[in-house]
Amino acid sequence: MVIRWFQKNIYVLFLLPGLILYTVFMVYPLTSALGFSLFSWDGLVRGAYCGLDNFRTVLQQAPYNIRFWNALKHNTIFFGITFVLQSTLGLFLAVLFTRQRRGYGLLQTLFFLPYTLSMVIVGFLWLLLLNPTWGAFNKALHLLGLGKWAQPWLGQTETALFTVIMVNAWRWLGFPILVFKAGLQGISEEYHEAARVDGANGWQVFRYITLPLVMPTIGMVTILTFIWIFNTFELVFVMQGSSGNPYYSTDILGTFFYRTAFGDSTTGGEPGQIGIASAIAILMFLIVAIVSYFGVRMIRQSEVEY
Amino acid sequence: MIMTRKTLVILTVIACLGLVLTPAAMAEKVNLTFWSWRTEDVDAYNKFIAAFNEKHPDINIEFVAYRNTEYNTILATALQAGSGPDIIHLRAYGGMEPLAKAGYLMALDRKVPELANFSRDVLLGATNRADGKVYGVPFAVQTVQVLYNKAIFRELGLQEPSTWDEFLQLAAKVKEAGYIPFANGGKEGWTLETYFGAVAPTFYGGNTFFDEVTTGKTTFTDPRFKAAIERMLELRPYLPDQYMGVGYTDMQMLFAQEMAAMFLAGIYELGTLAQMNPDLEVGLFVVPAETADQPKFLTMYVDGSYGINAATKHPEAALEFIRFLATEEYGTMFTNTLQQISAVPGVEPDNELLAEVVALMEESSSPYLMLTAFRYGQPSGSTLLQNELQGVFAGEITVDEALANIQAGLETWYEPFRK
Repeated sequence: MVIRWFQKNIYVLFLLPGLILYTVFMVYPLTSALGFSLFSWDGLVRGAYCGLDNFRTVLQQAPYNIRFWNALKHNTIFFGITFVLQSTLGLFLAVLFTRQRRGYGLLQTLFFLPYTLSMVIVGFLWLLLLNPTWGAFNKALHLLGLGKWAQPWLGQTETALFTVIMVNAWRWLGFPILVFKAGLQGISEEYHEAARVDGANGWQVFRYITLPLVMPTIGMVTILTFIWIFNTFELVFVMQGSSGNPYYSTDILGTFFYRTAFGDSTTGGEPGQIGIASAIAILMFLIVAIVSYFGVRMIRQSEVEY
Repeated sequence: MIMTRKTLVILTVIACLGLVLTPAAMAEKVNLTFWSWRTEDVDAYNKFIAAFNEKHPDINIEFVAYRNTEYNTILATALQAGSGPDIIHLRAYGGMEPLAKAGYLMALDRKVPELANFSRDVLLGATNRADGKVYGVPFAVQTVQVLYNKAIFRELGLQEPSTWDEFLQLAAKVKEAGYIPFANGGKEGWTLETYFGAVAPTFYGGNTFFDEVTTGKTTFTDPRFKAAIERMLELRPYLPDQYMGVGYTDMQMLFAQEMAAMFLAGIYELGTLAQMNPDLEVGLFVVPAETADQPKFLTMYVDGSYGINAATKHPEAALEFIRFLATEEYGTMFTNTLQQISAVPGVEPDNELLAEVVALMEESSSPYLMLTAFRYGQPSGSTLLQNELQGVFAGEITVDEALANIQAGLETWYEPFRK
């Protein structure tokens, strides 16, 4: 009976390896985190079931709520600026690189190169460059006669987040450029020719032909960027420590979660709050899942055909 | 080489015999593992273990060091899984207590008689407040004070100050001479807690305030505490340019390269500084009070301790080693090898500076406030103080706001504040 069912539906067996991996590495951690978030914890010991208390703590009780909304705001700013940069500068460069000109290949490689570096290396490299005492960045400003503009970029609450976002963009931008370029090259040349024959100028061709056809690619990259930025942790951790120095001005959900779960690494050990940290992780998952879901739906609806 | 069937058989038999015989032959030799976050001290610990092995050749100890920032997580995960090392290098105070509470550690009160000689303040770093038992043998005591460059002081004809005003005048003179008075910056919040440890206790009134605030008789909005923070701010003009961007390694570099004359820092810096610049001549003093006859307090705390995994398979051997770590012989070796103050009572360091600190500590010391008393819950007093101080130093918030935030954060979990 069972054997016959399997003979008929042999594909189930082929799904099994993937399914097992997915269960062990995705479903199990997620459900166990959900489980953890429903209990009160005393250090490493699990206490009593407490319903949604941990979520209430994160969302309503000071100082957790202040830190949570603060971190969420920073993630949103982080995403906002990155999104604007990649869909203007990134798209512009991608369009540029689709033209066959001497040197563009090299330029494209240069833009993509930082993406192949590890985040930790990028963070460390820029820490050195931006060092206010002997960093090359402020030195360069002085040499250019712009000494007034020299700042402790990573040490001021007003500039720190922006600086981290720019460092991230420096590394990240090569990826959207590459994907946009692939999308642009997938557009058949016939459409462009047809439009030009109809008398459209360069901008009109871009606005009414290229842009709508590359829109799904932009949308997908945007969603990927969103997911990545709302889960990111390492760059801020490397550059600004686990509490998002200075004064939480670069604190993001990733560092807030890490600090709550494992204690602040710079204080050399304090008890973690597993229940509250799990609640934060679940909230992060919900934000990413819901926004991505609606994002993907929007892309599907906005697809055009010519 | 072509292997004949005969040699193959012989080899197999030998291999099997080896497998059977090895454990039997090794039975008397016990293997212990010892985990730590002191990656920089691996050589020193191997030396200590060799010294232990002179008397106990039957106990084999493997010292394994993990990255400082990852150690807590690695250790907690291993212990939760029921494994982990036999000997554990433990953090102090709130960093140790959750492990003791969860039952992962062996209580040592009765088992290590040497602990009776340790002072109560020192043992506090390895005590579980819930049951009052001691779970580790403390290893080092740290202090926080002003380190200064003797050569620069000589060059400018300066002396260790005896009042706060003299201290400020001295800083002004150093600045005029073109040196940075203090190497300290604020990029990493924790370095501001060190700064606090160097300046504040003398002005909030040391142990009196400590006792009152830890028992909930007063709070962090107390005017004495506010006055202490304001004293810290008076040194701001003497910090490096753009000090909010100056990180920990920059601070060490500024002081070691003799660009800065003073460094508000822990005594643990001495080793690193000597490595960075062997010619550096370091002196030290405690931040002076308003007048020369008012008491000044040297901030001290226990760095951590050595404990035993409750699940160890070799409790006797582990205890043997732990008892060795509590002896004066070990304390002396520890102090003179690592150039740190041993927690073992009666140990006198060869190093003059360390000997000076030990003398100062006996004169008048006060526990490092947030680390010793407010790291038992989250948000910890240290996390709050570090970040709120950053807010104040960056001009983001006022001292009053910072103090109210510290108090509010601690009220979420610190029992004496909740009544």
